[in-house]
Amino acid sequence: MGTTGPHNPRGHSAHATLHDLQHLHTAEQPLLSAVRAAGFPEAAVFAIRLSLEEAVTNAFRHGSRGVANPVVRLGWTVGADRIELFVEDSGPGFNPGQVPDCTHPDRLEVPSGRGLMLMRAYMTSVEYNDKGNRVSMVYERPRA
Amino acid sequence: MATSESRLRVRKADGVTQIEFVDRNILDEANIQQIGDEIGALIEADSSPKLLISFSNVDHLSSAALGALITIHNRLKGKKGQLRLADIDPQIFEVFVITKLNKLFEIHDTREAALASFR
Repeated sequence: MGTTGPHNPRGHSAHATLHDLQHLHTAEQPLLSAVRAAGFPEAAVFAIRLSLEEAVTNAFRHGSRGVANPVVRLGWTVGADRIELFVEDSGPGFNPGQVPDCTHPDRLEVPSGRGLMLMRAYMTSVEYNDKGNRVSMVYERPRA
Repeated sequence: MATSESRLRVRKADGVTQIEFVDRNILDEANIQQIGDEIGALIEADSSPKLLISFSNVDHLSSAALGALITIHNRLKGKKGQLRLADIDPQIFEVFVITKLNKLFEIHDTREAALASFR
């Protein structure tokens, strides 16, 4: 894992490279510590953790499907009022617009397809690059 | 790391199988798979299964955990069983509301209320 440290004017930044999901828990701990250290509430920690877990799980389960040696890169910058995250996989990408609405009554009993919806609900913004293999997310501290 | 140790605490009383999770975080895919398998075995072992799942120990869950719960719901439906969820932290309950799964599952504030609701 690389770290640019707190001298970054936008905040504390770090990045990591994962080859499997098992190491996500270890990789996310510095991020969650930085979020707490910046004074964000536990609700923000919950939102960040959930969104990162969903994005990285999607990157391995869906984005890296058919990839022999999957590599998923993640990075973050934790500022005073804003947290930026990205997750990028080595797969061919996907079209997030084609993910069906999991809250439609006909799909409520389908046991998959809720990760992207949760990311969009908990983060201030969620955007994919044109290729569809990199998601960038922003969490902004709620105004008092 | 996947282990053969149970991820559940299970006790049966008055025809209701009461389940609690060992883990505070239901995120790990291997654990979720194991949880699904263990509860699936409980459903198969009962001709008229009544399941109460308590979330009293749970701080975090993922969409994969929601998927496992939906699979449990569907299996119970196939056996004309009953499922109740209870003791869900407000932060976790919000996940159910966002995904509208609070409309699919019968959720009670407390285990006692859930137990009283079985038919």
